[in-house]
Formats: sequence, structure tokens, C-alpha cells
Amino acid sequence: MLGMGAGRWEDDMSRLLALLFHQGVLDEHFMQLQQLQDDSSPNFVSEVISIYFRESERLLRNIRTLLADRECTDYRKIGVCLNHLMGSSSSIGANLVRNVCVAFRAASEHCNWAGCLRLLAVLEHEYCYLKNRLHELFQIEQQRVLADRVRYHPVLQ
Amino acid sequence: MGTEIPVARQRWWQTWTAWILWMMLMVSVWVAIHWYNRESIMTTAQEALVSMCDERARMLQDQFAVSVNHVHALAVLISTFHYQKNPSAMDQDTFAFYTGMTAFERPLLSGVAYAQRVLHYDRENFESQQGWTIKTMKREPSPEQDEYAPVIFSQETVSYLEVLDMMSGEEDRENILRARATGKAVLTNPFRLLESNHLGVVLTFPVYRMGLPAEATVENRVEATAGYLGGAFDVESLVENLLKKLAGNQDIEVNVYDVTNISDPLIMYGAQNSEGYKPLSHVSMLDFGDPFRKHQMVCRYSQKPPIPWSAITSPSGMVVILMLVAYILYAAQKRYVMVMEDCRKMEELKVQAEAADVAKSQFLATVSHEIRTPMNGVLGMLDMLLDTDLNLTQKDYAQTAQVCGKALIALINEVLDRAKIEAGKLEIEAVPFDLRSILDDVVSLFSAKSRERGIELAAFVSDNVPQVLTGDPGRFRQIITNLVGNSVKFTDRGHIFIQVHLAEHSNMPIEGMLCSSANGKVDEVETMSGGTVFNTLSGYKAADNRNSWENFKQLLSNEASHASVSLNGLANKKYPESVNLIVSVEDTGIGIPLRAQDRVFTPFMQADSSTSRNYGGTGIGLSISKCLVELMGGRINFISKPNIGSTFTFSVVLQQCTRNAGGGPKRSLSEDLPACFNGLKALLVDERSVRSAVTKYHLQRLGISVEIAKNTKMALNALTQKNGCLMNGKLPKVLFIEKDSWNNSDVCLYDHFLERKRTGHIHEVPKVILLVISECDKAVGDSLVDMVLVKPLRASTVAVCLQQVLGIDNQPGKELPKGAVFLRSLLAGKNILVVDDNKVNLRVAAAALKKYGAKVDCAESGKEALSLLQLPHKFDACFMDVQMPEMDGFEATRQIRLMENEANEQTRLRGAHFNDSDTELPQCHLPILAMTADVIQATYEECMKCGMDGYVSKPFDEEQLYQAVAKFVASKPLQGS
Repeated sequence: MLGMGAGRWEDDMSRLLALLFHQGVLDEHFMQLQQLQDDSSPNFVSEVISIYFRESERLLRNIRTLLADRECTDYRKIGVCLNHLMGSSSSIGANLVRNVCVAFRAASEHCNWAGCLRLLAVLEHEYCYLKNRLHELFQIEQQRVLADRVRYHPVLQ
Repeated sequence: MGTEIPVARQRWWQTWTAWILWMMLMVSVWVAIHWYNRESIMTTAQEALVSMCDERARMLQDQFAVSVNHVHALAVLISTFHYQKNPSAMDQDTFAFYTGMTAFERPLLSGVAYAQRVLHYDRENFESQQGWTIKTMKREPSPEQDEYAPVIFSQETVSYLEVLDMMSGEEDRENILRARATGKAVLTNPFRLLESNHLGVVLTFPVYRMGLPAEATVENRVEATAGYLGGAFDVESLVENLLKKLAGNQDIEVNVYDVTNISDPLIMYGAQNSEGYKPLSHVSMLDFGDPFRKHQMVCRYSQKPPIPWSAITSPSGMVVILMLVAYILYAAQKRYVMVMEDCRKMEELKVQAEAADVAKSQFLATVSHEIRTPMNGVLGMLDMLLDTDLNLTQKDYAQTAQVCGKALIALINEVLDRAKIEAGKLEIEAVPFDLRSILDDVVSLFSAKSRERGIELAAFVSDNVPQVLTGDPGRFRQIITNLVGNSVKFTDRGHIFIQVHLAEHSNMPIEGMLCSSANGKVDEVETMSGGTVFNTLSGYKAADNRNSWENFKQLLSNEASHASVSLNGLANKKYPESVNLIVSVEDTGIGIPLRAQDRVFTPFMQADSSTSRNYGGTGIGLSISKCLVELMGGRINFISKPNIGSTFTFSVVLQQCTRNAGGGPKRSLSEDLPACFNGLKALLVDERSVRSAVTKYHLQRLGISVEIAKNTKMALNALTQKNGCLMNGKLPKVLFIEKDSWNNSDVCLYDHFLERKRTGHIHEVPKVILLVISECDKAVGDSLVDMVLVKPLRASTVAVCLQQVLGIDNQPGKELPKGAVFLRSLLAGKNILVVDDNKVNLRVAAAALKKYGAKVDCAESGKEALSLLQLPHKFDACFMDVQMPEMDGFEATRQIRLMENEANEQTRLRGAHFNDSDTELPQCHLPILAMTADVIQATYEECMKCGMDGYVSKPFDEEQLYQAVAKFVASKPLQGS
């Protein structure tokens, strides 16, 4: 039964990933990221992703404060933040977030405050969605690892 | 809209104002001309009137004078015969007779009469003497008076005057008194004559007794007066007669006045109230010899002088002409305005169209770029998929998908190219390259297809074309690949032949090509046993007969005479700086339909829609080729005949490679051809001259000297002769035989050689290599020859083949490992610094590099990187993010390079100090690769400018990473050791 469980976790994971790929939330760079994970760095993906989330939270916070006042908004700084976010998003393969960033950056280049605000909302929504899904993914991953451990646990054997 | 109506109204007003002004001008012009005409007519009329009037006055005066003179003569007669004869010799009858007979002399006088002066005291005496009493004019007996003037003699016409006292009439009395006082003829006022009732005047002339002195006083005259001669002038008939004699009588109204009393002119002739034309008149003075009386003649036109039609028509004509002129000007101006307006609209539309065109190109570029990105993903995934364990079917599917994807990418690249060219963003590089190896590459690219179809594919580069040229090899290759790809697509039989010549030697200018396509020459056809065979590469007829052997030979001989053969391109220094090449690609395919020939170079335009169904392709290649050729300063043209073939010819201007001393660039440019065949001799058996020239070209590149024989018999003869004449002459070691020239009778060739060897004629049997076109021919002479070489020929394939045949052990060719394995071998153990402010990126990049076995250090800013890279350091390479806060990648690289330069300088100085010039000192040069998300040309250029060695796009791509890393790793040993 437990062996069955492990299979189920994997199924869930691939299903979730397929969904995310299908929706365009993730792209092939996420796959490459996963490939970089090997025995020498078993938690590579989750590490990178958690760095990503930490950085992104900070950047989003920055952007939000920068956009707080319509009159004295520093669009250049927003652009820098967005570049940063975009770079890291494309590195982990968060395609959708990256695309929103591109649009956001275009809006900030045109100093379109309303557009920026709207896109910030979209960005945060997408970001939350990504975050939730990836958390879900990691949970499954952990479950799987746990299941693996359980399966190979000497006591249980 | 708001402004247009006022403008129109304003214009309307302007037009109308102009018209009205113009009309007024016209009317005034008309009036002016008309007035002028009238004036001149009036002046003329006036002048005519003056002359006519004067003439009439003069004649009248003359006639009058004649009459007066005659009266004078009568007076003298009377004085002579009446008073000086005693008794008088004259009586009434004599006087009447004489005057009657001489009346013609006085046509103006109705008659003359003589009245004697009788004083009162003498009256009785006189009356008694005459027998009648003196009567007054009223025929009454005269009352008493001081003196009397009774008429004693009279002409018959006026006989009624006899016995009448002339002094009794008021007029006559006055006349008599004046006449005798002056001694001249005097005239009365005009009055109605008694009988004719015409206006007339009476002329009175005094008759003196003898001996009146010339300066007599009035008293003397009165004293001497004897009588008076009188006559009546009929002025009216006089003038009437006179006028009748003159021309223009009808037109002129003549009046004669007595103006002695100016205030009351008395009319002598003419109607009192004449109806003539008043404004125009002339007055001529008349002198009738009476100083007391003044007469004048007034002439005027009886009618107003008519205004000639010309006075109206000429100004009208003028006005019409001017109106027409005005209309023409108006129409021209209107037209001009219209054209200007149209022109402006056109200009606007042009700007719009251009903007649209640019927008289209940009859109195309953007879309292509956007498509390329996901396509790269697809292809990458397919790559990875193919790396995994697949069964055969899956592998097949995946490969198919990959091939399709690659085709799509190629197409997108083409579209992108096209868009770039249109947007003017494509720039032509100038790097040294080897033309021959590029042609070899192209040939090898299409070799599989040509073999499969059994068509000859050959490339020939004239010996005079320098080995190394400076230009854009990629674009050059693209053009040729396009053309050859096209040819291969449309050719099922015959050949595809690529030629490169110097433009100076190609004596036929490109311009003339299209026109010459029509005249196919028959004399180039060689009739052979099998039928008509053309003297081209494959024997099929080609569209452009320039490439037939006749011309080809001429071209070759031209070149040979022109410059010495210089295979390495170094020997001849006579080359000009720029090298003008003519490249032609000839095929014997289906050709281009005549009606489609003029739009061959239009993008997305194929000969007809069925073409794309049958042969595929988008038709963009040729247009890109054309653009590229034009960018390279050349022109492209073609000749094509349906079902015979097409020949595309283009010219390019390349630069002579100036760095002719260095073997360095050459090595990297062209594949190394083994030099071990230098001096080798070969015999080529080929009946086709063009083909043999091509084969010879490839063999000569290997340093093999070639002789050509038409067929095997001749080849054998040549061998024998050589053998016979020059025993120690080197025999050809290799015998190349074209498959066409190989027939069954030659099967004995080998035996023949063996036979010869046995008899000691030759020491060594030449190796026989058969040249065939397609794979299926390979079996033909398998057992009889040493080797079968499948065309297309390339110097390197020939070299490999010769190595096998002759058993020469060349250094093993470099194997080019690719992909992850090679990357691992390249990067394993290397210390690499990754600089990126983005922690995620940093982490991913580091992990990716670690995967290939590199030891990775990380730096999160340019400054940190700088501190880590203080010399000496352990790093072999550095990956640098371009966009970083504080210090970006460019700046950091610049500083690193600065540091290195300083260090190098110091090392060099130290080296110079130690006078240790033999050993090459290691130069510090850390390969720095930029990591960037947007791979655009400008970024790339900036990377190069600030001293970076290359760049990789940000999420690492295996292939790209390999290329970038291979470059610096390959160059490193060169510099390091």
C-alpha cells in the first residue's frame, strides 16, 4: 500500500507539472532546473525556489511602496526591480510571471501609473498562484521523499 | 472641417474678385483701343477736310480773280474807246455785241453794264443827249441829286438795267463810292439777284478818264472818275459749278460767308441751317480782291464720318485674346493648385506607406523573434527528448519533429533576415574567409541530395581568385546556399555548377545576360553517337551558353595569360585592394516560366502556386539573396529557359585580405588540406572538358598535377608514350576515370596495366579511381577499380579517398565532439567565477556550470568580482551579468582588463629587463563571457567593445554555451603555452 502511495505522489506531481506547463505558468527552464538537481545537491530546486520567493517578496514590496504615491513615483527604480524579478523568474522558468513583468516594465517605461497599478495586481496574483502551486509541488515532493524513506525504513521492513 | 469651408469660400471670393478686376481691365482696354482708333480716324478726316476745303477756296478765288480781271479789261476798253475817242467809238450795240461775244470769259458774271457818272449840273445835258430821263431803280424818274450813275451800255442779259440810276440803289451807291475811291473792284453784300433769285454779289469797277497817276489821292480819283462798270456775280451757281468739278463733292457741305461784319456773317452759298456734321469743320479765308470785304468758306462733312468696323473688331479681338489668356492662366493655376494638392496627398500617403512598411518590417521582426523563442524551447525539449531512451518509432517521430522545427526556425530566420534587411539593420561583416572552403561546405551540404537524384554538383573557383578574402562569409554562404538550394530543388537531371571568377576576366558583362538568353548557339553542340550532347558539365543543355566549354576554355586561358597561377593567394601582389567576383550557379532544371521571370526576386513570389505544392519553399530565399548581394555591392541576374535550366549570376565586391603574412587567420578559416599529395601526378580520363576542368581544379588544390585524356585509349597512349620517351619520367600514380568514360571495353584496363608491369614497362600499376555521380553507380566497377568516389567532389573528400587508396598515413583528422560530453571535458576542473546580482540566477548558473564539472565561485556584484579577480587569481573564466546595480558588467570588465593590461605591461618590462625575449611570456587574459537576457546586436557590440570574449543568453542553452566556451578554451592553449 505504501509502495502504491509513492507511485501516487509521482502521478500527482507530474499531473500538476503538466497542468502548470499547459497553463504556461512554467516553461522548460524549470525542467532544466530540475535536471540540475542531483545527489550532490539534493535540495537544489527547493533551495533556488525559496531564494526566488524571498527575493521576489522583497522586490514586490519595493515596487508596491514605490507605486504608493502617484506624484513621486520613481519609474526607473521600478524598472530595475522588475528587471531583477524578470531575470530570476526566467531562470527558474516562471514564464507567466516573467511575461507579466515584461508588460509591467513596458508600462513603467511609459510612466503609466494606472497601468502599473493594474499590472502590479496581476503580477501579485500570478505570483501568489505560482507560489501556491510550487508549495503544493514541494509538499508532494516531500511526501514522496517521506514515502521513499518509509519504504526503505529498516524497521518497517 | 471647420477650417476648410472658409478656405474654400475665401478662394471662391479671390477667384471672383480676380475675375471682376480682370473684366474691368478688359473693358478699359477695349475703351482705350476704341477711343484711340476713333481719334486717329477723326484726325485723318480732319486733315482730309482741311485739304479739301483749302483746295475749294483756292479754286473759287482763282475763278473769281479771272472774272474780275476781265472786268478790269472791259473797264480799260471803255476808257479807251468811249472816252479817248471823240466822238466815241462805242455805242450800246457795240458794247452789247462785244460783251455778248466775250461772255465765256466771265462765266461767273450774269452780265455787265456800264453806268456813266453824271453830275447834277450836267443832267439836263446828258438827258437830252441820250434822249431819256434818268430813272431810279424803281423805274421812276430820278429825283434831284448831286450826281447820278445811269447805265448807258449793258449786255443783253441785263438790258433791263438801261437808264436806271445805279446811285439810287443803296447797295450800288455804296459800291460806286467805294470803288471810285479805291480804284479797285469792290463787292456788295450778298443779296438775291433780280432774275435768278440766286444769292449773288455785285461787282463794281471804276472807269477813270485818262492820266490818273499811280499815287493819286482819293479826291483825284473821284475827280477822274468817268463811270462805273458793274456785273452781278452768281455766287451760288459759281460755287455749285466749282464743286461739281471736284471729287468728294457729295461728302462735303460747303458754306461761303461774307464776314465783313463778324458779328453778323452773311451767307453767300449753302443752306442757312446746314445739316452737316457740326463738330468737324474747317474755315478757309477767301480773298476776292476787295480789301473792304472779307469772305470765308466753311466746310464740313455732310455726314458724320463712319466709324470703321475695325475700331470695334480690333479691341474686341484683343479682349477675346486677353480673356483666353486669362482663362488659360486661370486654368493653369487651378491645375497647378490641384497637382500641388495631389502631390501633397501623395507625399502624405507615401509617408504613411513608408511608416506602414517600417511597421510591417518591425512587426515581422518582432513576431519572428517571438516565434523563435518558443521554437527554441520546442527544439531544446526535442533535443533532450532524443537524448532519452526512446524506441525506434518514438525516435523517428521526435526526429521528424526536430527536422520540422529546424526547418521552421530556418524559415523564421529568413523572414527575420528579410525584415532586418528591409529595416536596414543588417550589417555586412568584414572578416577574412576562404571562399573555396565555403563552396566546399555548400557542396557537401547538398551532396546527399545530388547523389540521391543522380545530378552532377560541382564547384569551380578560378585560380586567380585569392585564397583568403575579406567579406561576410556567412552571408556569402547564405546567398550561394540559397541559389544552390533552389537549383537542387528544381533539378532532376543534368548538373548544378557553381563557378567563381574574377570579374575582370569574365569578358561578358552581366548586363548583357538577359538579352542573350534568346540566341541559343548551335555550333556548340557536339554530335556524338548517342545523340545531341551539349558541351556543358553534364552534357545537358544549359540556359546560359556562356558556361559551355568554348567560353569556359576562353575564360580559363584568359586567366592563365593574365596572371600566374597562385594557389595560396600570396604570390601575386598585383591584385587590387577590392576583388570583384562573379559567381554563377547553373542548373539544368525545370527553369522559370517566362511570365514569372520578372518577379523572381519579389519576396514570397514563386513561379506559380503549383510550385510550392510540388517543391515546397516560401520563395523568400531569392529576394534575400538579392538584398544580400546588393548589400555586398553587387548585382544578381539570371537567365532561364523553361525545361532547359536557369543560370543565376551575381557579382560581389570583396576586399583583398591585407593580413597576407599571417598563417593564423587562414588556419581558422579553412579546413586544412593535407599537404602530403604535393607533387603527385594523376591522369584524368574524361570526355567532357568542363567536368575535367572542375576535377582538375580540385586535384590541383591538393597539389596534384593533372593530365587530361579524352578516353581510356588516349590515356593508355599517353602512358605508353611517356613511358617510351622518358623512362625516368614520373608516371601518374593515380588514374581518375569518369563513369561516362568507363565502358565495358575498358575492363581490360587493369589487365593491361598488369601486363605492362609484368613486361617491365612500368614499375607500378596506377591506382584507378572511378568517379560516379550517385550511390547506385557505386557497384559498377567495384571489382575492377581501386576505389569509387561518389561526387560531388571536394578537395577534402578527394584527399581522404587518396589517402585510403595510396595508403598515406595522414595525421588523423580532428574529431569534433559536441554537446554535453565535450562541454564536460572542456569545463571539468576549471575554476569559473559567476557574477550576478540576482541570487536566483547566480544559483542556477552556478549549478549549471557545476553540472559540467567546473568549480564555481560566485560574486554578487561587480565590486566583489573585482576584488576576487585581483591578480594573481585562480580563475580560468568568468561569466558576467551585464545588468547589475552600482557597477554593471561592462564597467567591471573594463576595470579587469585595465588591471590585466597593467600587469602585462609590468611583466613585459620585467621580461625586457632580463633580456629574456626567447620565451614567450604568458599574457594574462581572463576570458569573460557576458550573460545577458536580450541578445541584440547593440549589446553584443558593447560586450566586444569593453573587452569581453563572448556572450551567452541567460537561461543557459547547451549549444550556445558550448560554442562560447569552446571558443575561448580552444584559443587558450594557443595563448597560454
